[in-house]
Amino acid sequence: MSKHIPPPQSAFDKHLLKSALLESIKKLDPRTLWRNPVMFCVEIASCITLVTFFMSLTGANKEPAWFTGTVTAWLWLTVIFSTFAEALAEGRGKARAASLRKSRTDVTAKLVTKPEFKSAFTTVGASQLRMGDLILVEGGEMIAGDGDVVAGAALVNESAVTGESAPVIRESGGDRSAVTGGTTVISGSIIVKITANPGETFLDRMIGLIEGAKRRKTPNEIALEVLLIALTLVFMLVCANISPLSIYSVKMAGHGTPVSLTVLVALFVCLAPTTIAALLPAIGIAGMDRLFQKNVIALSGRAIEAAGDVNVLLLDKTGTITHGNRQAVSFVPVGGHSEQELAEAALMASLADETPEGRSVVILAKEKHGLTRETPFGAEVVEFSADTRLSGINLEGTHYRKGASDSTVAFVKTLGGKSIPSDLENVVDKIARGGATPLVVCRDSQILGAINLKDIVKAGIQERFLQLRSMGIRTVMITGDNPLTAAAIAAEAQVDDFLAQAKPEEKLRLIREYQEQGFMVAMTGDGTNDAPALAQADVAVAMNTGTQPAREAANIIDLDSNPTKLLDIVEVGKQILMTRGNLTTFSISNDIAKYFAIIPAALLSIYPQLGVLNVMQLASPFSAILSAVIFNAIIIPLLVPLALKGTRFRPMPAERLLIHNLLIYGVGGIIAPFVGIKAIDMVIGMVV
Amino acid sequence: MNSYEWLQTIGFFAVLLLLVKPLGSFMARVYQGERTLLSPVLVPCENVLYRICGVNQDEEMNWKRYTIAMLLFNLILFVALFAMLMLQHLLPLNPQKFPAFTWQLALNTAISFVTNTNWQAYGGEQAASYFTQMVGLAVHNFISAATGMAIAIALIRGFVRRRTELLGNFWVDLTRTTLYILLPIAFIAATLLVSQGVIQNFNAYKAIPLVQSTSYNKPRLDAKGSPLKDAAGTPLTESVTVNAVTIPMGPVASQEAIKELGTNGGGFFNANSAHPYENPTPLSNMLEILLILLIPGALTYTFGVMVGNTRQGWMLLGVMLFILIASFGVLQWAESSGNPLVAKLGVGSINMEGKDVRFGLAGSSLFAVATTGTSCGAVNTMHDSLTPIGGLIPLSLILLGEIIFGGVGSGLYTMLAFAIIAVFVSGLMIGRTPEYLGKKVEVREMWMSILVILTAGVTVLILSGIAMLTPQAVASMANPGAHGLSEVLYALASMANNNGSAFAGLNANVNFYNLFGSLAMTLGRYVPAIAVLAMAGSLAEKKYVPPSLGTLPTDKAPFALWLTLVILIVGALTFFPALALGPIVEQLTMLGGT
Repeated sequence: MSKHIPPPQSAFDKHLLKSALLESIKKLDPRTLWRNPVMFCVEIASCITLVTFFMSLTGANKEPAWFTGTVTAWLWLTVIFSTFAEALAEGRGKARAASLRKSRTDVTAKLVTKPEFKSAFTTVGASQLRMGDLILVEGGEMIAGDGDVVAGAALVNESAVTGESAPVIRESGGDRSAVTGGTTVISGSIIVKITANPGETFLDRMIGLIEGAKRRKTPNEIALEVLLIALTLVFMLVCANISPLSIYSVKMAGHGTPVSLTVLVALFVCLAPTTIAALLPAIGIAGMDRLFQKNVIALSGRAIEAAGDVNVLLLDKTGTITHGNRQAVSFVPVGGHSEQELAEAALMASLADETPEGRSVVILAKEKHGLTRETPFGAEVVEFSADTRLSGINLEGTHYRKGASDSTVAFVKTLGGKSIPSDLENVVDKIARGGATPLVVCRDSQILGAINLKDIVKAGIQERFLQLRSMGIRTVMITGDNPLTAAAIAAEAQVDDFLAQAKPEEKLRLIREYQEQGFMVAMTGDGTNDAPALAQADVAVAMNTGTQPAREAANIIDLDSNPTKLLDIVEVGKQILMTRGNLTTFSISNDIAKYFAIIPAALLSIYPQLGVLNVMQLASPFSAILSAVIFNAIIIPLLVPLALKGTRFRPMPAERLLIHNLLIYGVGGIIAPFVGIKAIDMVIGMVV
Repeated sequence: MNSYEWLQTIGFFAVLLLLVKPLGSFMARVYQGERTLLSPVLVPCENVLYRICGVNQDEEMNWKRYTIAMLLFNLILFVALFAMLMLQHLLPLNPQKFPAFTWQLALNTAISFVTNTNWQAYGGEQAASYFTQMVGLAVHNFISAATGMAIAIALIRGFVRRRTELLGNFWVDLTRTTLYILLPIAFIAATLLVSQGVIQNFNAYKAIPLVQSTSYNKPRLDAKGSPLKDAAGTPLTESVTVNAVTIPMGPVASQEAIKELGTNGGGFFNANSAHPYENPTPLSNMLEILLILLIPGALTYTFGVMVGNTRQGWMLLGVMLFILIASFGVLQWAESSGNPLVAKLGVGSINMEGKDVRFGLAGSSLFAVATTGTSCGAVNTMHDSLTPIGGLIPLSLILLGEIIFGGVGSGLYTMLAFAIIAVFVSGLMIGRTPEYLGKKVEVREMWMSILVILTAGVTVLILSGIAMLTPQAVASMANPGAHGLSEVLYALASMANNNGSAFAGLNANVNFYNLFGSLAMTLGRYVPAIAVLAMAGSLAEKKYVPPSLGTLPTDKAPFALWLTLVILIVGALTFFPALALGPIVEQLTMLGGT
């Protein structure tokens, strides 16, 4: 699978850093910053200390100017670090969007009135195309907009969108009719019915999503923000409350000075959950970006987060659980014929069979029985037909055929064959019960035996399902096979459940059933008949090779068309939530140490006894407050890599995961600032 | 603690825990409309009441109707009590001929009793007639408790029900709570209290001549009732000689039982449960503590039964018990360590100031944590006289939001709001949209939970700031300085959290505390109540998400530990600066020996 995306850039690529820095200054504009209410409050706080700084320069404020000045500088840095984190996360997306936009150079289209190749056309610009217009696209031309092929067939190079360099067939009717604007027809002519207005095409949407322009806060993000805003308000009141309390205490103690505005503002910024608030936008953007690196485009952040909650996965058997092609694994002779005899006949019957199944028979005959043959000259090839449901060749008057048991038996009878081997039924049954497909082989009127065609389960898929199970996710295999075959494969792949002989309405019903029970259902699909089920599923992943209706019904599109991607999507969804939760816990745990740094420092002049609370033995009140402010600021850039990469996800039961994360981010969050603040205090001691 | 105190404490908790399950499952049956032992007698009574009031007991309400019914009912009760207090001099059963309350005091008192706070800016036996006590205050003790329980039950139904907007019928929940739960237990408890010597009569107060007249120094008060002070700030006193004492009488037992059972706390007498007619013996003391913790404790089991997993209830009870017992331990330690400055004088190290010898140290400490952990507010000990760290304990228990058992109903619903916040953060930490009891926690639940847990704290922060800048509020302190700050903080916390106990040492019957206090009590009661019902409405409409391996179990130790941490951290972060300037600095000063 090739990558169309610019080679994965390190988050700290020089060019990216530079443009992010510029962007982060632009983002200080209060009109955009208010979207992040906590950081908006910090910006106001920084303005307040700026005023106290000027006042100490003029002497209106008794605090030393170096102190108010340094506090102000670090408060501004706190805000800038936060906008920088967001800009950095967006920057990576923007670089990718720019490369996509290149493929959207101005294209002209041949507008036709009827879906006929001979009809006359008028040339218009792509921007003039509207939904429902018909355009003619011929070899070497670029398709001007998203649409459905209504006539003809063509080989299309879609690498601009998917990164897949091998061209794909697009033809009218069936599941391969969707074309994407910006892709190029290599050969053939097609008439395309436009399905999207300019600016709303798939490519446009992709660019918008990647740039983060269309990013909306997810419900979960909003809920977290509610908590953060509430905490910010409480801390604002806590700090405001200290002022009258300290004025009263000064009056009563008869000495000392009330806590100054600078210190109160500094305390507020330290207590407010700035760490998580600063990194919150970056976490979401980076999550989408990580998915994009895996060639998956989520049409909303909500879809990714929903993926983290999924507890039922509906997986297509073909391509996801099994390799998709049945392969011959053994020859089972009947009626006293030898295995060698059967292998030879099977080989003959398959020589002209170009299907993967046919190839696998040839390969098995070669590998197991050392047989190799070319299609003999003069052989009459009998292709598979719906009537006979047999294929094979006629060579020098001998008929070699293979096919389903009943078809072959019927064929043998037409040739006058009377004795059907008594053990045939037994053999056929046995193969079918094992989840495989029996193909019966005959040479003229003699039935020689059966080929055991088996669906091969992908290596390592069982472990993957085991992991999913340990995360509480149920896997359900969807297949068109009969229940017997389905059961055998389900058992081998170790899925939790299966739906055999699945029809579109069956899938829809199954999804509804699970949803009724409160499950979140994810599914993958590509065909038009999957569209209703995709629309119903909570997380719907459409293959990029799929049809337009399927792509529209989905909320996630997989450019590689690889159904196992669903597992990656679930992982990223969980990572986003975990990163948010862990950083919230970390941010709040930090406050304990900050209190121990600032409260004794702020109140020392009133009550020298409170010096006992200075457990970190910080050098002076000024240095204590500064250390807390500096720690609060630099923890943000230090955690940017974590926010961009996401907390590492390891599948384990919820309870163990919680304890694990609580130890790291909760207990760690309590201890880290004690160490950090003390270290900064020591550095300040050396400088001052 | 001596061995008697150990025995008493362990025995007490054993009895409490033994009662949780039977009472809890009984209450679950009552609220689920199942038959109980009392049904044969009470169902007819219930039906008569519904017929009189025109209530259709099968008609359920959505959250808005439930809320309106609750608010309307409380408003009517408030107006009735306010009028009764303003017209006290005209009403019967007033042998002492008490005058009417001032409007400020009547407002404060009426709100106080409607909100289950029972903050008393008046002295019971010196201001309230028997009519006021029985028809006004005692009735409110039942009704305000029942209101809290009805709200809690509506929230539980929100968790249990799926895809509906109906939460039950407020009138039915209110009636059943009163008839099936509060009245029978209060009746038994009152009888037991009478057996211990609690009085129950309508006699006029008795004047008893003293065998030996005595004199004492009485603080002088100005016209407004604030203590007068000389230039140095020492309160002025005058010598008074006493020849006879007046012994107040009254229907005490009937009010005493519901005072504790409904976590109301408004004493018949000013001395509250320290008064020998309210709480005469160590046994009655233990019984009263038991009554305080009984319903809040048992409700956790009711919750467990109704949500179909009793372990969920035990988990909440475990968290409550853990914090309660830890608080008791610290208080007991602080008081038995006493004041080193006093110990130097050679009068023993245990701090018995403000405590009754008949209850002992453990009996006093246990009462103090029980009454402040719940929103009861009855007292058998002067909290003002506790050591600084000792006093920090009841203050902190109130500031945590009245969830350590908490008020009847309100304790459970506030605790559940904390659980939702805890679930939200921990849910994120394991990578899932958080869910509690099968219901997804989303934006609306977050808003409502935050309103529930932060309203009281925010009110305290704002009002204590205003108080420190208001001369009248500062002048009410009997002990200016860090201790005075604790007194004001305690008073405001007590009202905002609907506790109602007083630290004392503060003259609360002034406009500042009467009016701002009324505001605090109203906000502290109704903002969370409405938020809880709104949340119940939104929860009930959600579908149920079955638990899987990926769901965080909320009925096991790790979550209980996390919930405990969330409660303690939220409390500590909100009030650390204020506490540092009050009890903490006071303790450090004491240890510093000045």
